Amino acid sequence: MKLRESPAAKIGASIAVATGLYGVSFGALSVASGLSFWQTMALSFLLFSGGSQFAFIGVVAGGGSGVAAMSASALLGIRNGVYGMQLNALLRPTGWRRFASAHLTIDESTATATGQADPAEQRRGFWVAGLGIFIFWNVMTAVGAVIGNALGDPKQWGLDGAAVAAFLGLLWPRIKAFQPAAIAVVCAVVTLLAVPFVPPGVPILVAALVAGLIGWFRHGRTPDHAPGHVDDGLEPDIEPYRHDAGARPPRPARLGQGEDA
Amino acid sequence: MSMWIWVLVAALLAYLTKLLGYLVPAKVLANPRMSRVAGTLTIGLLASLTVVNAAATGTAVVLDARAGALAAAAVALWFKAPFLLVVLVGALAAAGLRLLGWP
Repeated sequence: MKLRESPAAKIGASIAVATGLYGVSFGALSVASGLSFWQTMALSFLLFSGGSQFAFIGVVAGGGSGVAAMSASALLGIRNGVYGMQLNALLRPTGWRRFASAHLTIDESTATATGQADPAEQRRGFWVAGLGIFIFWNVMTAVGAVIGNALGDPKQWGLDGAAVAAFLGLLWPRIKAFQPAAIAVVCAVVTLLAVPFVPPGVPILVAALVAGLIGWFRHGRTPDHAPGHVDDGLEPDIEPYRHDAGARPPRPARLGQGEDA
Repeated sequence: MSMWIWVLVAALLAYLTKLLGYLVPAKVLANPRMSRVAGTLTIGLLASLTVVNAAATGTAVVLDARAGALAAAAVALWFKAPFLLVVLVGALAAAGLRLLGWP
Protein backbone atom coordinates (compact mmCIF):
# COMPACT_ATOMS: atom_id res chain seq x y z
CA MET A 1 0.00 0.00 0.00
CA LYS A 2 1.27 3.46 -0.80
CA LEU A 3 1.72 5.89 2.05
CA ARG A 4 -0.83 8.20 0.45
CA GLU A 5 -3.53 5.55 0.58
CA SER A 6 -2.75 4.39 4.10
CA PRO A 7 -5.49 5.28 6.62
CA ALA A 8 -2.97 5.26 9.46
CA ALA A 9 -0.68 7.66 7.60
CA LYS A 10 -3.61 10.00 6.94
CA ILE A 11 -4.63 10.00 10.58
CA GLY A 12 -1.00 10.40 11.60
CA ALA A 13 -0.58 13.41 9.32
CA SER A 14 -3.70 15.17 10.58
CA ILE A 15 -2.66 14.53 14.19
CA ALA A 16 0.80 15.89 13.34
CA VAL A 17 -0.62 19.16 12.03
CA ALA A 18 -3.07 19.63 14.91
CA THR A 19 -0.54 18.75 17.61
CA GLY A 20 2.34 20.57 15.95
CA LEU A 21 0.29 23.76 15.86
CA TYR A 22 0.03 23.97 19.60
CA GLY A 23 3.80 23.99 19.78
CA VAL A 24 3.24 27.72 19.31
CA SER A 25 1.67 27.92 22.77
CA PHE A 26 4.56 25.99 24.29
CA GLY A 27 7.12 28.30 22.68
CA ALA A 28 5.38 31.46 23.84
CA LEU A 29 4.75 30.18 27.39
CA SER A 30 8.29 28.86 27.73
CA VAL A 31 9.95 32.20 27.07
CA ALA A 32 7.30 33.88 29.25
CA SER A 33 8.31 31.54 32.09
CA GLY A 34 11.84 32.88 31.87
CA LEU A 35 13.64 30.28 29.77
CA SER A 36 15.73 31.54 26.86
CA PHE A 37 14.92 30.91 23.20
CA TRP A 38 17.54 28.17 22.96
CA GLN A 39 16.50 26.49 26.22
CA THR A 40 12.97 26.44 24.83
CA MET A 41 14.19 24.87 21.60
CA ALA A 42 16.30 22.34 23.51
CA LEU A 43 13.16 21.17 25.33
CA SER A 44 11.22 20.67 22.09
CA PHE A 45 14.10 19.13 20.16
CA LEU A 46 15.74 16.96 22.82
CA LEU A 47 13.07 16.32 25.44
CA PHE A 48 10.18 16.15 22.96
CA SER A 49 7.22 15.23 25.11
CA GLY A 50 4.58 17.94 25.36
CA GLY A 51 3.38 17.15 28.88
CA SER A 52 6.90 17.00 30.32
CA GLN A 53 7.88 20.19 28.53
CA PHE A 54 4.85 22.06 29.91
CA ALA A 55 5.60 20.60 33.35
CA PHE A 56 9.15 21.93 33.22
CA ILE A 57 8.14 25.48 32.32
CA GLY A 58 5.12 25.32 34.66
CA VAL A 59 7.43 24.81 37.62
CA VAL A 60 9.88 27.46 36.42
CA ALA A 61 7.07 29.98 35.87
CA GLY A 62 5.95 29.48 39.47
CA GLY A 63 9.42 30.30 40.76
CA GLY A 64 10.44 26.69 41.25
CA SER A 65 14.06 25.56 40.99
CA GLY A 66 15.63 23.84 38.03
CA VAL A 67 15.86 20.57 39.93
CA ALA A 68 12.12 20.69 40.83
CA ALA A 69 11.28 21.44 37.19
CA MET A 70 13.43 18.54 36.04
CA SER A 71 11.81 16.20 38.57
CA ALA A 72 8.24 17.10 37.58
CA SER A 73 9.17 16.68 33.93
CA ALA A 74 10.84 13.31 34.49
CA LEU A 75 7.92 11.94 36.53
CA LEU A 76 5.40 13.02 33.92
CA GLY A 77 7.55 11.23 31.33
CA ILE A 78 7.25 7.84 33.02
CA ARG A 79 4.17 7.01 30.96
CA ASN A 80 6.36 7.23 27.85
CA GLY A 81 8.30 4.24 29.16
CA VAL A 82 5.06 2.27 29.26
CA TYR A 83 4.22 3.43 25.73
CA GLY A 84 7.71 2.36 24.64
CA MET A 85 7.05 -1.11 25.97
CA GLN A 86 3.77 -1.36 24.04
CA LEU A 87 5.28 0.00 20.85
CA ASN A 88 8.26 -2.32 21.09
CA ALA A 89 5.85 -5.25 21.26
CA LEU A 90 3.81 -3.94 18.31
CA LEU A 91 6.45 -2.55 15.97
CA ARG A 92 9.54 -4.55 16.94
CA PRO A 93 12.00 -1.95 15.67
CA THR A 94 15.62 -3.06 15.28
CA GLY A 95 18.99 -1.34 15.02
CA TRP A 96 18.96 2.46 14.75
CA ARG A 97 15.18 2.46 14.30
CA ARG A 98 14.79 1.39 17.88
CA PHE A 99 16.66 4.48 19.10
CA ALA A 100 14.75 6.75 16.74
CA SER A 101 11.41 5.20 17.76
CA ALA A 102 12.24 5.85 21.37
CA HIS A 103 12.65 9.57 20.74
CA LEU A 104 9.32 9.73 18.88
CA THR A 105 7.43 7.81 21.58
CA ILE A 106 4.76 10.21 22.82
CA ASP A 107 1.01 10.15 23.47
CA GLU A 108 0.00 10.92 19.90
CA SER A 109 2.31 8.55 18.02
CA THR A 110 1.42 5.75 20.44
CA ALA A 111 -2.30 6.35 20.07
CA THR A 112 -2.05 6.44 16.27
CA ALA A 113 -0.12 3.17 16.15
CA THR A 114 -2.11 1.25 18.73
CA GLY A 115 -5.39 2.27 17.08
CA GLN A 116 -4.52 0.14 14.03
CA ALA A 117 -4.88 -3.62 13.78
CA ASP A 118 -2.54 -4.36 10.87
CA PRO A 119 1.19 -4.34 11.78
CA ALA A 120 2.22 -2.49 8.62
CA GLU A 121 -0.40 0.17 9.31
CA GLN A 122 0.71 0.44 12.92
CA ARG A 123 4.22 1.13 11.68
CA ARG A 124 3.10 3.74 9.15
CA GLY A 125 0.88 5.47 11.69
CA PHE A 126 3.65 5.62 14.25
CA TRP A 127 6.31 7.05 11.96
CA VAL A 128 4.07 9.52 10.16
CA ALA A 129 2.59 10.84 13.41
CA GLY A 130 5.92 10.77 15.29
CA LEU A 131 8.10 12.39 12.62
CA GLY A 132 5.35 14.79 11.53
CA ILE A 133 4.76 16.04 15.06
CA PHE A 134 8.50 16.29 15.71
CA ILE A 135 8.97 18.58 12.70
CA PHE A 136 5.84 20.74 13.21
CA TRP A 137 6.28 20.90 16.96
CA ASN A 138 9.84 22.25 16.67
CA VAL A 139 9.00 24.75 13.95
CA MET A 140 5.97 26.03 15.86
CA THR A 141 7.93 26.16 19.13
CA ALA A 142 10.41 28.50 17.44
CA VAL A 143 7.54 30.64 16.09
CA GLY A 144 5.93 30.76 19.53
CA ALA A 145 9.19 31.65 21.27
CA VAL A 146 9.78 34.55 18.88
CA ILE A 147 6.20 35.79 19.39
CA GLY A 148 6.51 35.36 23.16
CA ASN A 149 9.72 37.40 23.24
CA ALA A 150 8.11 40.13 21.14
CA LEU A 151 5.01 40.39 23.36
CA GLY A 152 6.85 41.81 26.35
CA ASP A 153 4.97 41.64 29.66
CA PRO A 154 3.44 38.14 29.66
CA LYS A 155 0.78 39.08 32.22
CA GLN A 156 -0.62 41.89 30.15
CA TRP A 157 -1.33 39.39 27.38
CA GLY A 158 -2.76 36.85 29.79
CA LEU A 159 -0.02 34.33 29.08
CA ASP A 160 -0.17 33.09 32.68
CA GLY A 161 -3.87 32.38 32.08
CA ALA A 162 -2.91 30.60 28.86
CA ALA A 163 -0.61 28.32 30.84
CA VAL A 164 -3.43 27.43 33.24
CA ALA A 165 -5.68 26.65 30.28
CA ALA A 166 -2.95 24.54 28.68
CA PHE A 167 -2.57 22.35 31.77
CA LEU A 168 -6.32 21.92 32.11
CA GLY A 169 -6.42 21.08 28.39
CA LEU A 170 -3.80 18.37 28.90
CA LEU A 171 -5.61 16.96 31.93
CA TRP A 172 -9.18 17.09 30.61
CA PRO A 173 -9.10 14.24 28.04
CA ARG A 174 -7.81 11.85 30.73
CA ILE A 175 -10.77 12.44 33.00
CA LYS A 176 -13.30 10.04 31.57
CA ALA A 177 -14.44 8.25 34.68
CA PHE A 178 -14.88 8.69 38.41
CA GLN A 179 -11.52 7.30 39.44
CA PRO A 180 -9.23 9.60 37.45
CA ALA A 181 -11.45 12.53 38.44
CA ALA A 182 -11.06 11.61 42.10
CA ILE A 183 -7.29 11.30 41.72
CA ALA A 184 -7.16 14.71 40.05
CA VAL A 185 -9.20 16.34 42.83
CA VAL A 186 -7.15 14.73 45.61
CA CYS A 187 -3.89 15.84 43.99
CA ALA A 188 -5.19 19.36 43.42
CA VAL A 189 -6.20 19.67 47.07
CA VAL A 190 -2.89 18.21 48.30
CA THR A 191 -1.06 20.73 46.12
CA LEU A 192 -2.96 23.72 47.52
CA LEU A 193 -2.42 22.51 51.07
CA ALA A 194 1.33 22.12 50.45
CA VAL A 195 1.90 25.47 48.73
CA PRO A 196 2.35 27.61 51.90
CA PHE A 197 4.69 25.14 53.58
CA VAL A 198 7.29 24.12 51.01
CA PRO A 199 9.38 25.94 48.37
CA PRO A 200 7.77 26.65 44.96
CA GLY A 201 7.74 23.62 42.69
CA VAL A 202 7.79 21.13 45.55
CA PRO A 203 3.97 20.95 45.98
CA ILE A 204 3.85 19.38 42.51
CA LEU A 205 6.25 16.67 43.63
CA VAL A 206 4.21 16.07 46.80
CA ALA A 207 1.14 15.59 44.62
CA ALA A 208 3.15 13.23 42.40
CA LEU A 209 4.04 11.15 45.44
CA VAL A 210 0.39 10.93 46.46
CA ALA A 211 -0.64 10.03 42.91
CA GLY A 212 2.06 7.37 42.72
CA LEU A 213 0.93 5.84 46.00
CA ILE A 214 -2.68 5.78 44.82
CA GLY A 215 -1.56 3.94 41.67
CA TRP A 216 0.59 1.54 43.65
CA PHE A 217 -2.16 0.53 46.07
CA ARG A 218 -5.15 0.95 43.80
CA HIS A 219 -6.91 -2.28 43.08
CA GLY A 220 -7.91 -1.81 39.52
CA ARG A 221 -10.46 -3.40 37.37
CA THR A 222 -7.38 -3.57 35.21
CA PRO A 223 -7.46 -6.66 33.02
CA ASP A 224 -4.19 -8.55 32.52
CA HIS A 225 -4.23 -8.13 28.77
CA ALA A 226 -4.41 -4.33 28.95
CA PRO A 227 -2.31 -3.15 31.87
CA GLY A 228 -3.44 0.26 33.02
CA HIS A 229 -5.68 0.58 30.03
CA VAL A 230 -9.24 0.12 31.05
CA ASP A 231 -11.26 3.09 29.86
CA ASP A 232 -10.51 5.15 32.92
CA GLY A 233 -8.38 7.83 31.35
CA LEU A 234 -5.09 6.12 32.05
CA GLU A 235 -4.19 5.87 28.41
CA PRO A 236 -2.82 8.17 25.70
CA ASP A 237 -4.61 11.50 25.94
CA ILE A 238 -5.93 11.59 22.41
CA GLU A 239 -8.24 9.47 20.37
CA PRO A 240 -7.13 9.75 16.77
CA TYR A 241 -9.96 7.56 15.62
CA ARG A 242 -12.93 9.18 17.31
CA HIS A 243 -14.08 10.92 14.13
CA ASP A 244 -14.74 7.67 12.33
CA ALA A 245 -15.84 5.63 15.27
CA GLY A 246 -17.94 3.37 13.08
CA ALA A 247 -14.90 2.33 11.07
CA ARG A 248 -12.72 1.84 14.10
CA PRO A 249 -10.71 -1.36 13.96
CA PRO A 250 -10.98 -3.74 16.88
CA ARG A 251 -9.05 -2.76 19.99
CA PRO A 252 -5.41 -3.50 19.23
CA ALA A 253 -3.47 -6.39 20.65
CA ARG A 254 -1.67 -5.03 23.66
CA LEU A 255 1.06 -6.70 25.58
CA GLY A 256 0.43 -10.32 26.33
CA GLN A 257 -2.49 -10.58 23.96
CA GLY A 258 -1.54 -12.32 20.75
CA GLU A 259 1.98 -11.05 21.29
CA ASP A 260 4.73 -13.28 22.48
CA ALA A 261 6.36 -10.41 24.30
CA MET B 1 23.49 28.94 33.55
CA SER B 2 22.44 26.18 35.94
CA MET B 3 19.01 26.16 34.27
CA TRP B 4 20.76 24.81 31.18
CA ILE B 5 22.00 21.85 33.18
CA TRP B 6 18.49 20.97 34.35
CA VAL B 7 17.06 21.40 30.85
CA LEU B 8 19.63 18.91 29.54
CA VAL B 9 19.21 16.50 32.45
CA ALA B 10 15.44 16.57 31.94
CA ALA B 11 15.92 15.85 28.23
CA LEU B 12 18.30 12.99 28.94
CA LEU B 13 15.97 11.43 31.51
CA ALA B 14 13.00 11.77 29.16
CA TYR B 15 14.88 9.94 26.41
CA LEU B 16 16.20 7.22 28.72
CA THR B 17 12.68 6.63 30.06
CA LYS B 18 11.35 6.16 26.54
CA LEU B 19 14.29 3.95 25.56
CA LEU B 20 13.91 1.82 28.67
CA GLY B 21 10.53 0.66 27.36
CA TYR B 22 12.24 -0.65 24.21
CA LEU B 23 15.29 -2.20 25.82
CA VAL B 24 14.07 -3.81 29.00
CA PRO B 25 12.38 -7.17 28.40
CA ALA B 26 8.61 -6.67 28.45
CA LYS B 27 8.25 -9.23 31.22
CA VAL B 28 10.13 -6.97 33.61
CA LEU B 29 8.05 -3.86 33.02
CA ALA B 30 4.77 -5.35 31.91
CA ASN B 31 3.15 -5.52 35.25
CA PRO B 32 -0.18 -3.79 35.75
CA ARG B 33 1.06 -1.96 38.82
CA MET B 34 3.77 -0.16 36.84
CA SER B 35 1.27 0.94 34.20
CA ARG B 36 -1.19 2.04 36.86
CA VAL B 37 1.42 4.14 38.63
CA ALA B 38 2.40 5.74 35.31
CA GLY B 39 -1.27 6.53 34.71
CA THR B 40 -2.09 7.96 38.14
CA LEU B 41 1.18 9.94 38.15
CA THR B 42 0.23 11.57 34.88
CA ILE B 43 -3.19 12.61 36.12
CA GLY B 44 -1.91 13.72 39.52
CA LEU B 45 0.91 15.80 38.07
CA LEU B 46 -1.30 17.51 35.50
CA ALA B 47 -3.93 18.32 38.14
CA SER B 48 -1.24 19.68 40.43
CA LEU B 49 0.38 21.75 37.68
CA THR B 50 -3.04 23.16 36.80
CA VAL B 51 -3.78 24.45 40.30
CA VAL B 52 -0.23 25.65 40.94
CA ASN B 53 -0.32 27.74 37.79
CA ALA B 54 -3.84 28.93 38.58
CA ALA B 55 -3.57 29.80 42.24
CA ALA B 56 0.00 29.84 43.58
CA THR B 57 2.29 32.86 43.72
CA GLY B 58 5.49 31.83 45.39
CA THR B 59 4.32 30.20 48.61
CA ALA B 60 0.95 31.97 48.76
CA VAL B 61 -2.40 30.76 47.49
CA VAL B 62 -4.05 33.68 45.72
CA LEU B 63 -7.23 34.28 43.79
CA ASP B 64 -6.57 36.44 40.76
CA ALA B 65 -7.24 36.68 37.02
CA ARG B 66 -5.77 33.21 36.53
CA ALA B 67 -8.74 31.68 38.35
CA GLY B 68 -10.93 33.31 35.72
CA ALA B 69 -8.72 31.77 33.04
CA LEU B 70 -9.20 28.36 34.66
CA ALA B 71 -12.98 28.72 34.66
CA ALA B 72 -13.03 30.00 31.08
CA ALA B 73 -10.83 27.13 29.91
CA ALA B 74 -13.11 24.62 31.62
CA VAL B 75 -16.11 26.05 29.79
CA ALA B 76 -14.23 25.88 26.47
CA LEU B 77 -13.24 22.26 27.12
CA TRP B 78 -16.79 21.41 28.11
CA PHE B 79 -17.88 22.56 24.66
CA LYS B 80 -15.13 20.41 23.14
CA ALA B 81 -12.99 23.29 21.89
CA PRO B 82 -9.64 22.23 20.38
CA PHE B 83 -6.53 22.63 22.51
CA LEU B 84 -5.22 25.79 20.87
CA LEU B 85 -8.58 27.54 21.25
CA VAL B 86 -8.70 26.55 24.92
CA VAL B 87 -5.28 28.14 25.45
CA LEU B 88 -6.42 31.32 23.67
CA VAL B 89 -9.58 31.49 25.77
CA GLY B 90 -7.42 31.22 28.90
CA ALA B 91 -5.21 34.07 27.74
CA LEU B 92 -8.18 36.26 26.77
CA ALA B 93 -9.92 35.64 30.10
CA ALA B 94 -6.83 36.55 32.14
CA ALA B 95 -5.99 39.60 30.01
CA GLY B 96 -9.64 40.72 29.97
CA LEU B 97 -10.07 40.41 33.73
CA ARG B 98 -6.90 42.45 34.27
CA LEU B 99 -8.27 45.17 32.00
CA LEU B 100 -11.32 45.20 34.26
CA GLY B 101 -9.08 45.74 37.26
CA TRP B 102 -8.59 42.23 38.67
CA PRO B 103 -5.00 41.65 39.80
